[in-house]
Amino acid sequence: MNQSIREDFKKNNRGKELAFDIKGSVFTLTVLCLKNTDRTMIETALSEHLALAPRFFHNAPVVIDVKELQNSATSDVDFASLTALLRKLHLVPVGVRHATPEQQDAAIAAGLAILQGGSKSEPIVAPRPQINTDTAPVLQTAATPAPTAAAKIVHQPVRSGQQIYAKGGDLVLLAPVNAGAEVLADGNIHIYAPLRGRALAGVAGDMNARVFTHSLEAELVSVAGHYRIFEQQPAADVHGKPVQIYLDNERLIIAPLI
Amino acid sequence: MTKVIVVTSGKGGVGKTTSSSSFASGLALRGHKTAVIDFDVGLRNLDLIMGCERRVVYDFVNVINGEATLKQALIKDKHCDNLFVLPASQTRDKDALDKENVGRVINELRDSFDFIVCDSPAGIEKGALMALYYADEALIVTNPEVSSVRDSDRILGILAAKSKRAEDGIEPIKEHLLITRYSPRRAAAGEMLSVPDVQEILSIPLLGVIPETEAVLQASNAGIPVIHDIESNAGQAYRDVVARFLGEDVPMRFLTADKKGFFSRLFGA
Repeated sequence: MNQSIREDFKKNNRGKELAFDIKGSVFTLTVLCLKNTDRTMIETALSEHLALAPRFFHNAPVVIDVKELQNSATSDVDFASLTALLRKLHLVPVGVRHATPEQQDAAIAAGLAILQGGSKSEPIVAPRPQINTDTAPVLQTAATPAPTAAAKIVHQPVRSGQQIYAKGGDLVLLAPVNAGAEVLADGNIHIYAPLRGRALAGVAGDMNARVFTHSLEAELVSVAGHYRIFEQQPAADVHGKPVQIYLDNERLIIAPLI
Repeated sequence: MTKVIVVTSGKGGVGKTTSSSSFASGLALRGHKTAVIDFDVGLRNLDLIMGCERRVVYDFVNVINGEATLKQALIKDKHCDNLFVLPASQTRDKDALDKENVGRVINELRDSFDFIVCDSPAGIEKGALMALYYADEALIVTNPEVSSVRDSDRILGILAAKSKRAEDGIEPIKEHLLITRYSPRRAAAGEMLSVPDVQEILSIPLLGVIPETEAVLQASNAGIPVIHDIESNAGQAYRDVVARFLGEDVPMRFLTADKKGFFSRLFGA
């Protein structure tokens, strides 16, 4: 809402208690880039993909990107059937991107919003090793920019019940992360003290993010959504030792630092 | 400059009220004018432990609501001249407390006291938040066991985030660790966390360790803060705590299990 509309709105409602505020906000959404419109094919590939991280995608809002259909023969998309399919798989379709005017009408009729643009740099369609047909839909996060923000540095212990998130960059901690505390970063997490709580690096999807700690006593560690819970103490060779945690071919590796 | 000190822990039953009463008494015994406020509105334990429950006419909530003056509500302690108790109300709940009025009462107390000790209720809800909001320093009462340490950690996070000092962005609350109900024998046997274990997790300076003794229970039942029992380990340990708080260099005691002789085993410590 621009300034003048907002003022008009205020003027017209002066003296009344407003039931709401209207605010703009930016969200990270999952984008489903369609490469063909075969319902069965989409369903099979998508179910397989979702099974890899069922909790991560459960009820996740999804934007349907139809850009790649533009050049193919089958540019007619049955949005009603597609949204039904997504809902069946516990996804929440919210909108359509890169739709032609005809597709826009169909999408609106199916209750979807028309979204413009999205991430500034066009998303790179990363090759996914586990899906080997070229025409399978690819799930990717719309906004996974390389961390650009300055690192966030924390000097105080992170205590039980506290959560610290370094958006867009690295998180550096000079005091312990205690049990029941959670630290998150879009980039790497460096802990120059014991990690007793949870540490989640690359939460916006950066698979190259890492977690480093002087002493691994964690409850949970995660890189780009690939996590490991330590219900029991981790193996003796890493427990209480300086380690780094990273993804190698989508496998979470915990390696001693020295 | 008056200091407001909150005695808090997160977890219940760890010895907050026992510590508040002895700590406040100790400050008063050392000649400082001290007020101790019971923030556990609805339960009211401090006056019992201080032995003044029969003299409660007006309470903290009456003062908050302007139904009584501070002078009417403050009860002079039986055992030391410089100590006054502001008891909690038993008929109200913690919603009777609000930032503004608690602040008004504390400011009024600042005029005539050197130390204001706030005895926090357990939990992290309103009563506990009100007790710590105006604090300058905090005694974190912790038992040497995992859940108590975890809750203390939680309350330390809240002190750092939700106190007035945190909101104003000034120097944070000074934190002191007070380990209570410590049994050197059980810590040595690995049945309890040791003092270094607790200190390592909470990473705040240690103010004192109060050993687990019968004397604490007896003192509570008698309504005399255990610090007055100078024969007992706990009484002496609280005196050490007060001395350290006032800046004296006193070595830690009662950290190791002593071998009991035949007679002391027979007659108790």
